[in-house]
Amino acid sequence: MNIDGVKSGIVIDHIKAGKSMMVYELLGLDKVDSCVAIIQNAASTKYGKKDIVKIDEIIDLDYDLLGYVDSNITVNIVNDGKLSKKLHMELPETLKNVVKCKNPRCITSVEQEIVHTFKLINKEKKVYRCAYCDAEHKIK
Amino acid sequence: MKDIRNLINITDLSVEEIDSLIEVANDIVENHKEYENICANKKLATLFFEPSTRTRLSFEAAMLELGGSVLGFSEANSSSAAKGESVSDTIRTVGCYVDVIAMRHPKEGAPIVGAQRTTVPIINAGDGGHFHPTQTLTDLLTIKRKKGRLSNMTVGLCGDLKFGRTVHSLIEAMLRYEGIKFVLISPHELQVPEYIKEKMNAEGAEWKEVETLEEAMPELDILYMTRVQRERFFNEEDYIRLKDSYILDLEKLKPAKEDLVIMHPLPRVNEISTEVDDDPRACYFFQALCGKHIRMALILFLLGIKREA
Repeated sequence: MNIDGVKSGIVIDHIKAGKSMMVYELLGLDKVDSCVAIIQNAASTKYGKKDIVKIDEIIDLDYDLLGYVDSNITVNIVNDGKLSKKLHMELPETLKNVVKCKNPRCITSVEQEIVHTFKLINKEKKVYRCAYCDAEHKIK
Repeated sequence: MKDIRNLINITDLSVEEIDSLIEVANDIVENHKEYENICANKKLATLFFEPSTRTRLSFEAAMLELGGSVLGFSEANSSSAAKGESVSDTIRTVGCYVDVIAMRHPKEGAPIVGAQRTTVPIINAGDGGHFHPTQTLTDLLTIKRKKGRLSNMTVGLCGDLKFGRTVHSLIEAMLRYEGIKFVLISPHELQVPEYIKEKMNAEGAEWKEVETLEEAMPELDILYMTRVQRERFFNEEDYIRLKDSYILDLEKLKPAKEDLVIMHPLPRVNEISTEVDDDPRACYFFQALCGKHIRMALILFLLGIKREA
């Protein structure tokens, strides 16, 4: 299957196979007007399989959360058919409304419309802590 | 606009601020008259979504002794929380009526939500098994008054160290003073959580875990007893099996130092035998008195009120 290259737009590459829908949701791509293509299980020399998301327009997006999905993700900004910027992802310092706290004693388990917030406390071990109850959340 | 200070965790206060609160608490005892009307026309709300005797009454006594007024509720059933009102809405509403709020809630992190929704200072009077910073201030004042210092001592913590919020807050607070060694006395099931151990390690603190009071007793300067709380257990069988494990009596105190300070956040059930109450080393009721003095100092600090020199 062939999908055309992007002339001016964004290519989110090296997404771990199966995670492209998570990227789609985290970036809120369901709410944009641009043409968006999701490619699943594309061949990758480095990882065997990968997912790719292509957006046919350069739009403002908050890429910080992509590091949470997979730190191997790269974001390529393409302008007039040329690569103008390549971004590498890191674990974000703060996660807002990405994961919910699993501690049944946490206020977030009962309070409505609360911003579920986690702070990064250990980059190497990929450990976050709930900003409300201090419960740990480890990225697998 | 003036910065609003809250007290959610004991680490919200610097060591210097804690020292200053202790100074004010002592000044309140020495110059009681000067503080009688210092909070006239100020109101404190005590919002207790979970029952408490000591903490709520000591907050109310503290504000009344400063000449202020108090209002609030002592259980969730007597507030709109029973109708399903959120913490956010309750705090936002009460913040319109008062100058400072002390709140207790069974859910961890509830005071953080409260602080996000109001412009009056929030004092965490206990959030589930999480933090209880005003108990920690009480403990620090007690230790300072009894020992004359907050550094260079061996502190034994006994009982429910897993769910005991007073223990977690006290460890965090004392980690900031020099030369503190912790002896953690608990059954395996109720040991301190990993994140507290990580904090002790990160600060380079000396600590060890033991399973019996007897092996820890001779080296202790402070013995902090805690209740094995029924409400912190998911399982009734575990509670019944563990609740009597660590009971302090005069026999166990025999090898203890003569100037040991025995503390307990109260209420106790049976973890300190009443025969210990008359021992001069028993300081837990003195601790309750310290609780009122330090809460007076804290209210003044959060309201930005100082007595005239």
